[in-house]
Amino acid sequence: MSQIAGNLEPYLVLSGMLFAIGSFGFLARRNAITMLMSIELMLNAVNLAALAFGAFIPTLAGEGAAFALLIIAVAAAEATVGLAIVIAIFRNRKTPLVDEYDTMRQ
Amino acid sequence: MPLPDVIPFIGLGWSDVLFLLLSGVVLAAAIGVVFGRDIIKSGLFLILTLGALAGIYVMLGAAIVAGAQVLVYIGAISVLILFAIMLTQSKVAPVKLAFQTQVAPAALASVLLAVIFGLAFGSTDWGSSVFADTPAATGTAPVAAALFGPYLLAFEIASVLILSAVIGGLYLAMEPKTDEVGEEGQ
Repeated sequence: MSQIAGNLEPYLVLSGMLFAIGSFGFLARRNAITMLMSIELMLNAVNLAALAFGAFIPTLAGEGAAFALLIIAVAAAEATVGLAIVIAIFRNRKTPLVDEYDTMRQ
Repeated sequence: MPLPDVIPFIGLGWSDVLFLLLSGVVLAAAIGVVFGRDIIKSGLFLILTLGALAGIYVMLGAAIVAGAQVLVYIGAISVLILFAIMLTQSKVAPVKLAFQTQVAPAALASVLLAVIFGLAFGSTDWGSSVFADTPAATGTAPVAAALFGPYLLAFEIASVLILSAVIGGLYLAMEPKTDEVGEEGQ
């Protein structure tokens, strides 16, 4: 009856595409905050994969959601510290662009 | 009048259409996050991505994770990101160059990553460990049994991690005393 939403693979493919988009944003953007947003995208892709495995593999029922909740907690901690670091650097350098943080290279 | 099992003219079930719709929103908004020139719009697209992903979590039967997603990601992290954008946006910084010089290798790397993911997912035979049906809502009992059973230590460590992140974030974002500011800022 449901050829797409009742299979494991579409969820995994969506997760893989989301992770690839996030990795491109992390590697290519200049703004530190956009890079942090891309990290959030990648973490959400991992969450989606964990939840898909938990939903479709009966022995993993519950464990996928437990993993996803722990990942959400770690992501919240990471966002807090990352944004605080960006704001602290911005106070000194007056720019959020990561390729201008080159003091140690000069 | 009961709804038909399969939507006429398309031949897809309702859950299929819902999944396609939500995943389309997720991918389009994620591309908006990554490629947008305006960083405020990137932050708003991030909220859209996370909201549509919460819908997909509900489709997977994990309503508790969808609730946590809305509360933590959309309610807290997105607001934090939007505040950080407002604090760090300066008119002096050039907005034209949104991408680094390494944009071509980055695009190549992420396309390769997507291809590798596709090959891995396509070539793996999940066999009988996977049941093929629309996932049913499992409720919170198995989640609680896993989280407070074998993963209790991880749960406690996560709480300590969040406490240290709060203290560290406060310390990092605190206004430094004037005699501690490096010569960089003068």
